Amino acid sequence: MFTKFIDGLIEYHFLQNALVTATVIGIVSGAVGCFIILRGMSLMGDAISHAVLPGVAVSYILGMNFFIGAIAFGLLASIIITFISNNSTIKNDTAIGITFSSFLALGVILIGVANSSTDLFHILFGNVLAVQDFDKWLTIGISVLVLAIIAIFFKQLLITSFDPMMAKAFGMNVNAYHYLLMILLTLVSVTAMQSVGTILIVAMLITPAATAYLYTKRLSSMILLSSLLGGATSVIGLFIGYSFNIAAGSSIVITSAIVFLISFFISPKQQILRKKVLSV
Amino acid sequence: MLEVKNITVTYDGLSNAVDNVSFRIDQPSLVGILGPNGAGKSTMIKGILKLIPSQGETFYNNSPLKKVQKKIAYVEQKSAIDYTFPITVKECVSLGLYPSKKMFQKISTADWKQVDVALEKVRMLEYKNKQIGELSGGQFQRVLIARTLIQRADLIFLDEPFVGIDATSEKIIMNILYGFRNLGKTIMIVHHDLSKVEQYFDQLVIIDKRLIACGATKDVFTEENLIRAYGSSIIVKGSEKQCLPNL
Repeated sequence: MFTKFIDGLIEYHFLQNALVTATVIGIVSGAVGCFIILRGMSLMGDAISHAVLPGVAVSYILGMNFFIGAIAFGLLASIIITFISNNSTIKNDTAIGITFSSFLALGVILIGVANSSTDLFHILFGNVLAVQDFDKWLTIGISVLVLAIIAIFFKQLLITSFDPMMAKAFGMNVNAYHYLLMILLTLVSVTAMQSVGTILIVAMLITPAATAYLYTKRLSSMILLSSLLGGATSVIGLFIGYSFNIAAGSSIVITSAIVFLISFFISPKQQILRKKVLSV
Repeated sequence: MLEVKNITVTYDGLSNAVDNVSFRIDQPSLVGILGPNGAGKSTMIKGILKLIPSQGETFYNNSPLKKVQKKIAYVEQKSAIDYTFPITVKECVSLGLYPSKKMFQKISTADWKQVDVALEKVRMLEYKNKQIGELSGGQFQRVLIARTLIQRADLIFLDEPFVGIDATSEKIIMNILYGFRNLGKTIMIVHHDLSKVEQYFDQLVIIDKRLIACGATKDVFTEENLIRAYGSSIIVKGSEKQCLPNL
């Protein structure tokens, strides 16, 4: 099975593209996901990943690269959610629920209206095996940019995630970093769309990060481990998907979930298993 | 000198959580902010610092607060800070260096030495590599004070720093705060335990949405002001004052 995968990698260019793209997406999603879960914004990640759908449709209608429309709509969703939360008594999760479902519905309608060759199923659930050279290089480029921004603004993202009130008190523009993170999240969502689709992107963002959180006590270590897990589970998931002829995106997500489940019982922070053993 | 002018905070657009509060603190002091539950003590601090939308202005040494933000330290109630965040004690303290750092300036070896000194002062050096979630409430509060220590702020706001902490931590923190005052800093502390007010604070701001009294502790910590703020549930035994819940 493993030999078949290696042979496939040597022989098929589409599998090489899939491996590189899935790994890069796993790494960058793992890094951004750490901030998402630490800020309690997992739902926001879900919302933005769904919200990019109408952007993709509009891009097709206007004949633009789908990245442009997707990023515009991702940011628009983030602005709408933040505006509703900050300017009404409606809770954040409610604002997210209303916004993302509306954007998703709009996306489905627009894709129908566009009557394009775009396969809705592939947008919703991804098809990493169909990634073209251009998309691969775009994914690599965007991922490098996102990781560089995280490295450059690491201390600002750390302080605004950990103690935003302290940061605001000494004059830091906390909102600017919130929107910077939203931009990064949108960029990652758009790139990850090819691998796992808009429905499952949130799993790429939060599952490796949640697993890494169980093992680490520093944000920098958490980001490194989360990226490593994201990359590794993408490779394993792709291998399983290719070997058993099942959807690679779903297989990546399930692999990541299994790693989380194992960690949930054995990680030092949880100590569930240890407590259970001790109590017997 | 700290001058707070007409601070008003409205939450729902209808009623004021803090109503037109003005006061002045003329000299470096330990200032206690007192008032019953729901009086708007924490909200007032957030309003002064513009952490939440508020009306009114605040000046520090005649400069608008916005222009001297880097000289301000604020420690929120520790219950509002994410205890489970993956950050070690020394990293948490090092955040206090950020206001004095340029955008892309890294923390130097000398800075880390400062962090160690601050942790030593609050007797937390041996915990420096632990995650904050492994600390007790009192130890965590000491770490937050160490962070304030290296921030070198002139104006320090602390929201309920003594809630849920042990006597040793409270003593260590008070000694640091006395040190701050002696260095010419002004420390504003939201406080609810009336039994130690006279011992701890030079000045008081007593509010119940509106300002009840402001001035030297010996002048304003009176039965009359406390009854105005807390209602008749306040009991006074000699020099000890306690607040009983309204039944």
